[in-house]
Amino acid sequence: MKRVILAAASGGLFGAGLLVSGMTDTTKVQGWLDIFGAWDPTLAFVLGGAILPMLLAWNMTTRRAQSLVGVPFPSKPDPRLGHNLIVGSVLFGAGWGLVGLCPGPAIASLSWGGTGGIVFILAMIGGMLVATPIRVRIDKLAAL
Amino acid sequence: MIETDWIWGLVGGLMIGASAAIFLLGNGRIMGASGIIGGLVDRSGLSNWDERLAFLAALVVVPALLLPFYTVEVTTNITQNLWIVVAGGVLVGIGTRLANGCTSGHGVCGISRFSLRGIVATVFYLLAGGIAMVLFRHVLGVI
Repeated sequence: MKRVILAAASGGLFGAGLLVSGMTDTTKVQGWLDIFGAWDPTLAFVLGGAILPMLLAWNMTTRRAQSLVGVPFPSKPDPRLGHNLIVGSVLFGAGWGLVGLCPGPAIASLSWGGTGGIVFILAMIGGMLVATPIRVRIDKLAAL
Repeated sequence: MIETDWIWGLVGGLMIGASAAIFLLGNGRIMGASGIIGGLVDRSGLSNWDERLAFLAALVVVPALLLPFYTVEVTTNITQNLWIVVAGGVLVGIGTRLANGCTSGHGVCGISRFSLRGIVATVFYLLAGGIAMVLFRHVLGVI
């Protein structure tokens, strides 16, 4: 039960932060990516602000045996990059620029995002479903 | 950027970072939006479906409860062109699953632990987003 309550607390604060920061406004996101247009630096403050508490949190994980609910902390990050990380990040960035929504803000704005917001989420879910067979194809190509 | 936008960006960013800290220190997990959704979509994360669903439900409900406190109309300003919306959504869905993370997982949680994967992913999706703006806004003029 504690696990589910903590997850809800995290998701709720995440949603509030996304709304407050402007991440749910596609014009602000596209304004940040559009360095050759009317550039909007707000997102630099969002990312910078978000990294600060997490620097502390990762530091705290080194001094604790496990998380509050008893689950061990995530293992060390994989140093290998791999082609899927690059291909995936390029595709994700292209879609993020095209519409101005990434997964978190898309879900957070569900209640006021209208038809466009719902269509985006459904298309994203569709993309996630076909990602597995696409990964298999890319791995085959990379092995050639 | 209008007057106080950067302050709200910073405050909201701190809230986002604090929410990721709760998930990490509380549940021992990386707060990555695409991973939390994707694990339910492709059924790879059903073992802790309750955690994922609680996270996503609160992610929808809490901002909705904050809307009445806004004196200006809150809108996503999303494009009216649904073909663009579908293309963007599909790209985000495929891309985040291939890369195993998005802005929150790779950007917020990855960079803050100096993960090479998180940093490289962030560089590539920012570059791709910037190129998409040049191509689709300034060259083709479709967004």
